[in-house]
Amino acid sequence: MKKSVFLGVLTVAGLAAGVAAAGTLDDVKARGKLNCGVATGVPGFATPDANGVWQGFDVAVCRAVAAAVLGDQMAVEFVPTTGKTRFTALASGEIDMLARNTTWTFSRDVDLKFDFVGVNYYDGQGFMVPKSLGVGSAKELDGATVCIQTGTTTELNLADFFRVNNMSYEPVPIETNAEAQQQYLAGACDVYTTDASGLAATRATFEDPSAHVVLPEIISKEPLGPLVRHGDSEWGDVVRWSLNALIAAEEYGVTSANIDELAKGTTNPEINRLLGSEGTLGEMLGLSADWALKAIKANGNYGEVFEKTIGTSTPIGLARGLNAQWTEGGLLYAPPFR
Amino acid sequence: MTTLTDPPKESFRLSMLIYDTRYRSATIQVVAIIGFMMLFAWLISNTAANLHDLGKQPSFKFLGEPAGYDINQRLIDYNSQNVHLRAAIVGLLNTVLVAVMGCVTATILGVIIGVLRLSKNWLIARIMTVYVEMFRNVPVLLWIVFIMAILIETLPAPREFRGADPAATMKLFDTVAITNRGIYIPEPLFSSSLGNLHFFGESSLRFDVSLDLIAFLIALAVGLFARHKINARAHRIQETTGVRPTTWYLNLAAVFVPVIVVLAALGFHLGYPALKGFNFAGGIHMRNSLIALWLALSLYTAAFIAENVRAGILAISKGQTEAASALGLRPNRVMSLVVLPQALRVIIPPLISQYLNLTKNSSLAIAVGYMDLTGTLMGITLNQTGRELETVLLGMLIYLGISLSISGAMNWYNNSVKLVER
Amino acid sequence: MSDISFVRTEMLPQQEPPATSVGVVGWMRQNLFSGWLNSAITVICAVFVFYIAGFLLSWAVSPTWAATSLGECREILAGHEGACWGVIRDRWVQLLFGFYPADQYWRPILTFVLLAVALAPVLFADKVPAKLIYFSAAYPFIMPWLLWGGAIWGPLVAAAGFVLGYVVYRVVDGMAGSLAAIIAAVAAAIIWWLLLASPLAGMLTGIADIGLEPVASRYFGGMMLSITIGVVAIACSLPIGILLALGRQSDLLIVKAICVGFIEFIRGVPLITLLFVASTLLNIFMPPGTNFDIIMRVIIMATLFASAYMAEVIRGGLAALPKGQYEGADSLGLNYWQAQRLIIMPQALKISIPGIVSTFIGLFKDTTLVSVIGLLDPLGLSNAIRADSAWNGIVWELYGFIALMFFVFCFSMSRYSMYLERKLRTDHR
Repeated sequence: MKKSVFLGVLTVAGLAAGVAAAGTLDDVKARGKLNCGVATGVPGFATPDANGVWQGFDVAVCRAVAAAVLGDQMAVEFVPTTGKTRFTALASGEIDMLARNTTWTFSRDVDLKFDFVGVNYYDGQGFMVPKSLGVGSAKELDGATVCIQTGTTTELNLADFFRVNNMSYEPVPIETNAEAQQQYLAGACDVYTTDASGLAATRATFEDPSAHVVLPEIISKEPLGPLVRHGDSEWGDVVRWSLNALIAAEEYGVTSANIDELAKGTTNPEINRLLGSEGTLGEMLGLSADWALKAIKANGNYGEVFEKTIGTSTPIGLARGLNAQWTEGGLLYAPPFR
Repeated sequence: MTTLTDPPKESFRLSMLIYDTRYRSATIQVVAIIGFMMLFAWLISNTAANLHDLGKQPSFKFLGEPAGYDINQRLIDYNSQNVHLRAAIVGLLNTVLVAVMGCVTATILGVIIGVLRLSKNWLIARIMTVYVEMFRNVPVLLWIVFIMAILIETLPAPREFRGADPAATMKLFDTVAITNRGIYIPEPLFSSSLGNLHFFGESSLRFDVSLDLIAFLIALAVGLFARHKINARAHRIQETTGVRPTTWYLNLAAVFVPVIVVLAALGFHLGYPALKGFNFAGGIHMRNSLIALWLALSLYTAAFIAENVRAGILAISKGQTEAASALGLRPNRVMSLVVLPQALRVIIPPLISQYLNLTKNSSLAIAVGYMDLTGTLMGITLNQTGRELETVLLGMLIYLGISLSISGAMNWYNNSVKLVER
Repeated sequence: MSDISFVRTEMLPQQEPPATSVGVVGWMRQNLFSGWLNSAITVICAVFVFYIAGFLLSWAVSPTWAATSLGECREILAGHEGACWGVIRDRWVQLLFGFYPADQYWRPILTFVLLAVALAPVLFADKVPAKLIYFSAAYPFIMPWLLWGGAIWGPLVAAAGFVLGYVVYRVVDGMAGSLAAIIAAVAAAIIWWLLLASPLAGMLTGIADIGLEPVASRYFGGMMLSITIGVVAIACSLPIGILLALGRQSDLLIVKAICVGFIEFIRGVPLITLLFVASTLLNIFMPPGTNFDIIMRVIIMATLFASAYMAEVIRGGLAALPKGQYEGADSLGLNYWQAQRLIIMPQALKISIPGIVSTFIGLFKDTTLVSVIGLLDPLGLSNAIRADSAWNGIVWELYGFIALMFFVFCFSMSRYSMYLERKLRTDHR
């Protein structure tokens, strides 16, 4: 008799989940919710607050896509994923897109059959050490004990770095940022290595951040970006251009404060096309004309999101650096909206 | 006239397959095996279809590719340029190491606690009850992370050993360093070492065996054999003359002289850990991930073993204890000579399953970053290659193999100590 | 000379035993200080206990209940060692319910209260009215509806499948014998569930949309997630476990081989590898396009895991039955299933209840492993909470609180199981 729990639940789940069809965009619209994979907890990038509402830089990308597609930035189901489960969750269709500080690499793009749709944060692997250690360069770390977060490209970069420089080290692999930080602070490892953004975010939460320094060496390129399944280009386009809309908005000076004003029409045709008062860009994507307007309105343009979640005014305190607009010497360069 | 005819010959009808008990079991079995095979075929065809959609071909070729990551604790030599298979073997050996260490400690602790729970001293029996309930009713994963946190937070970091007036010092006449990265103990070194034996050339199964260790073991074996001979002679003399010659000094000499001679010939000395650069160098480094996992698994499993031991002791009839006391044995000798040997027969079967549980629970190593099989093959290798199907299935098969060999070995032992009922 | 012998004519009043062998002193002499060794042990233990208790108390008694971040705690404590209880005040609801919508908390609470009611006829058979068993039978349909919500028609239609099966069984039984009836009933029920149930439920929902607000299983978290996984997996594993145990005992060679193979395989691998299967492989094994969410997949694998252990527990129960029961059933002319249903199973299951409870405790504790695959059970949530910059660096308070929750649940269940064992033992004397 009890077996029916299973069947009953299966029925309910079957009704709720539906069947994944070919077009992710149609699925998302039919479902009325975007399933977005995020990290289980990285300060500033994705954390649930006390009410269970997800906040962070990666989360904002999901919200922008949801706003563009569904018109409601809250219509997102956040699926926390670990380094191990994230790719399977995406490949199996459990999530529609993954925004979990994932490095764009050749093998992930080609071998694992995913499409990276862009870069929302240019990062690189760095080292953090206590100031009291008196280390000024990563080249002085011979023999050190290094805490690494597993499930990323980090351990490979690290192995290469130490091998190339002919140094020895003791790796301490750790699953979560919280554990790694605990070990580092207690002195169980001399060095903590992860993406520089993560280091800054972690350092910001320390009791005394000034007692720790991030070493100047960045030993890898870590372009982090959202990704989707390979072979569904329509959906890939939606996510790609939602992200580009955020970046372009900053470039053109469209902010959440002036967007309603600008949406009525401006002298700049690029802005007009972006916000849908001119041209049929939305239609081409299979979305409404004001898709980008909604995406930007959700949390503001790229710069606003950055400032709100990880910028210098937040405890994380990251400077824009590489992530400034190309006009200001950074790498952010949205293709033209035409 | 009536003629006798044969009873109507039963012709075979299809319904007999169900209603005739002669055929029914065969029918059920055939249906069962067809159903089972269909289920299997269904799973495999699904898998094939899905993998095809994902554009992945199942293949174990990745095992032969360079792993690219380092492993801190390795019982055989390994570096990041070795292949994934080698990394998996390193992980497997680490699993076996912690499982064996855990089983030994858990058994010792479990027996002590189980006996003490029945102690006449109220306070000690209560403390042991609290211990057992505390460990049994909280998940082992929580204990692992908890003990890891204690090790990290309460022990001194290596940097506290530095300076003119260090906050922490080495223990036991400066031979042992207890830090929050692990414990450094002296290591045996040989100044005129015999070298190593290499097996399997350069393949990923290669391993070295230290000739020093073999020499040591041979010396020990020789000593034990000599001791056996001496004792046999003593027995003979005792049986013919009734007087047992004093042999304890001969025994001591027989065991220790060959060992000491061999060690001296090899130039045995201890290598002490010393603070060098960032870390202690020299000595054997027991990492705190290993210690935390080992402690947590031992303490957790010991609570269960203690309950088994207690049940085993209570299962021995009181008459045995009373008879032993009547013979004039002291309480602790009653326990060790009369009760425990009998209780052992009751204790061993549940003990087998506790060993199995401990071994399986060692896969939680992942929570503290101990690089066992789950951490290498089903952890970093899986993450780096994206071969979920192959790594997880291979990992499961290896664990299955370990479990089956443990239960096989223990069942064999159990059969050899079981009471033979006549 | 007079004879001065004295003959006592009445007994002296009994004297009190010496003060050292009665009362507190006597008890202490007997149990704590019966020899110098024992006394020494007692003193050492007492010092040890006082030291630990004192240390824990001085840490735990800390005026930080109102703090809103670790920094505030540090300010309040001003350098003293002490717990930071603010994190518990801030997050205890989350640790219990995960992200379940706050206005719907009554649903999980009601579900678990009803669970106790539904279990009462099984667990305390002699203390509650027997009619309550009907509620127990309905409970498997109520529980998923309460937790996951949605229209009421889904579970109702699913339940109707059983009614349909039963009706078909009755009808065919009259016409063509019991075996054909069972096959027909199962077939009818399966056709119902696979083909008719979901359109009908959809249609009924269209007509009258009665139901609760749906809650996707990814909102499940904290203690509630652990309990849900544990309870659902144990409930589902019971019938599978019974079948496996019967299969393992049967003399049909192939059936036995399949059952033994399954049980030994599941028992031979760690649960964590099965959870890896749930998180990475299960969708690959299913037909293309099927998609369960991760919690459903975990429940499926936990069910398979528990059913292997359940099968062994029930096999123990079957083995404990005296052979006379089997022979008695045979002599009454009952066939295999009748004998199982009427004679063997009721007794074997009753003997197995303590074993089932301890299997449940084991599974319940093992649900913490889901944190490794990224689900937010209490342990997984503790990581998410520590990632919040306000509580970054918290360790002991969270672990302690989670451990306490598990301890309370598991300890009370194990006590119940012991009570039951005692009761069952007297029943058999």
